[in-house]
Amino acid sequence: MILNKFRSKLKSTFAYLVLIAFSMPIFLGFWWLINTTFSTRTEGLKSLGWTLGNWSFLWKSPFGLNFPSIWLVTLNTFILAMIMTIIVVFVSSMSAYALSRMKFAGRKGFLSATLILHAFPSVTLLIPIYFILSWITKIPIIGKGLPFIGGFGFNTIGGVALVMVAFQLPFGIWIMKGFFDNISWDMERSALIDGASRFQVWWKILMPNIKPGIAALSIFAFISAWNAYLIPFTFTIGRAGKSTVLSVYLQNFMSDSVMTNWNMVAAVGLFQLIPVLIFFLFTQEALLNIYGGGAKGGA
Amino acid sequence: MSNNFKLERETSSLSSFPDTKSFFSKLKSWLLPYTFLSPSLVVVTLFFFIPLIMVFILSFTNLDMTNFGILKWWQPANWTLDNYVKIFTNRFFPKILNNTLIYVSMTLIFFNVGMALVIALITTNINRRIGFASRLIWLMCRLTPVVVYIMMWKALAGPSPMGVINKHILGPLGIGAGEYLLNANPWLFVILVNGFIGASFGMIIFSSAIEAIPKDYMIAAKVDGASTWQTIRYVTIPMIKWPLLFVTTYQTLSLLTSFEQIMLLTDGGPGLYKTEVWSLTAYHRAFTSYFGNTQWGYGSAWAVILVIIGVIMAILYLRVFRFGELMQEPKIDQL
Repeated sequence: MILNKFRSKLKSTFAYLVLIAFSMPIFLGFWWLINTTFSTRTEGLKSLGWTLGNWSFLWKSPFGLNFPSIWLVTLNTFILAMIMTIIVVFVSSMSAYALSRMKFAGRKGFLSATLILHAFPSVTLLIPIYFILSWITKIPIIGKGLPFIGGFGFNTIGGVALVMVAFQLPFGIWIMKGFFDNISWDMERSALIDGASRFQVWWKILMPNIKPGIAALSIFAFISAWNAYLIPFTFTIGRAGKSTVLSVYLQNFMSDSVMTNWNMVAAVGLFQLIPVLIFFLFTQEALLNIYGGGAKGGA
Repeated sequence: MSNNFKLERETSSLSSFPDTKSFFSKLKSWLLPYTFLSPSLVVVTLFFFIPLIMVFILSFTNLDMTNFGILKWWQPANWTLDNYVKIFTNRFFPKILNNTLIYVSMTLIFFNVGMALVIALITTNINRRIGFASRLIWLMCRLTPVVVYIMMWKALAGPSPMGVINKHILGPLGIGAGEYLLNANPWLFVILVNGFIGASFGMIIFSSAIEAIPKDYMIAAKVDGASTWQTIRYVTIPMIKWPLLFVTTYQTLSLLTSFEQIMLLTDGGPGLYKTEVWSLTAYHRAFTSYFGNTQWGYGSAWAVILVIIGVIMAILYLRVFRFGELMQEPKIDQL
């Protein structure tokens, strides 16, 4: 008995040791990163002088008054991430509902095709997508006349969000389908017998039942939108513009004309990381539920 | 008798209910699934299919920055196979193909699936809070802006006395001469840098799948006297088979098309094409060039081949893993 207890203790100690060993580069890396944002120079993990100067971008714009302040840029990023998340959740849960619950021609084909879409390199589609966004811009109202998001054309938050939605869809549809698969058919059937339409069933019966799934997908979508660089950079004009987002704004600190203050770059990067981390701490349970199923039928 | 008859009539009228529907309601129920799919169909058509067709056409032209707006790339008269000939006769073609294979397979096996599974197994079997904290730490690599994340790794690999690994680990142990580790082992760092980001995706999916396994199975295994290893091998792994297959497929495709980290870390170097992978080549040809012009047509040709490789891989995976069985048949057809 004592031997057994000893053995299980040894096992869990071993598990912790393996975990710590594997995570070592992350510990060291972030230790260095935090250190460096408060230092003038570093040597390894040792600081060669402490300073708060690297964080000065919080209270004054380092590029003069023509540039938006970091807080406006943060707000832009937030709006973009929220819009993109909402669209992703709606579009992929509608499709996932049809794929999970309805019989129609091309059902299996559509699901396989969704996965195959993920094989398309985003970067090479950039040029044609630029053409398409320019075409959308020419459509009245939808192009660039909408309030708040600007529209769905080139150089609008809506347009950038829509392009990012397209690249997020394969993941969204597959994950949401797993959640729909796990809801009992009886619930849906009884609602239908009571005279509800399929839309009502989807919106009023099934959606409230997959809240963990919605939360998990939202978090993943939000994170990828928050950190997105290539697409906002390509489809908005100028990194100093009014619609710039954090990851694009970060590029301002690495200009060719002045020597890059890498410590400040690190500070901006850390600043960008903090909101997501906080957001994350509050939504941990939902994220762990991203996989709704047991052995079969999910993911 | 009459009672029986009535009952029968009622049942039969219930089962023949769809036949009484009008043509329009039939059309409506036929169209319904597509109504649900229409938003995705619109987005996918606009931002995947049309661009793909355009990339395909562009790959037959020599469109670049100098003749943009002049060259009528949509006219078949301007289409040639030159770009493809150029790719296959490129003397770095085998090198780039080999690099891509190494990069995708090593990162996938050791990190995106392997490390993800190890971390998921450990964090679901230890104290819940510590498990969550560990997963959060691993996720931080994904959450950090790429530029800063790469900066962090460069600082880790830096030459002594600046580099963290050189100063605090290799130095005291007396290993190496304190050189820039990134130049000494570029492949090791390319795989590590991508792997630490990639592992978090599988980790989240695996650990939630493991948590979803009913506890009875674990208890039953324990009662039967299974060792930890046996429980993992014969209970946990079979129970998370589908997430495993999904992550393998999804991450293979992600790795094939990802290049941002490599671009910022080594940009294909050090030296000639040492760590240049396929998607990075496509980007380099399409958007940067030693001669200052961006060869969109030539870059598109590289991308088209990559898409073809990706689609073949995806179809292979779907076949081998029998994804078709994943699809439950819908239980409500008519109502």
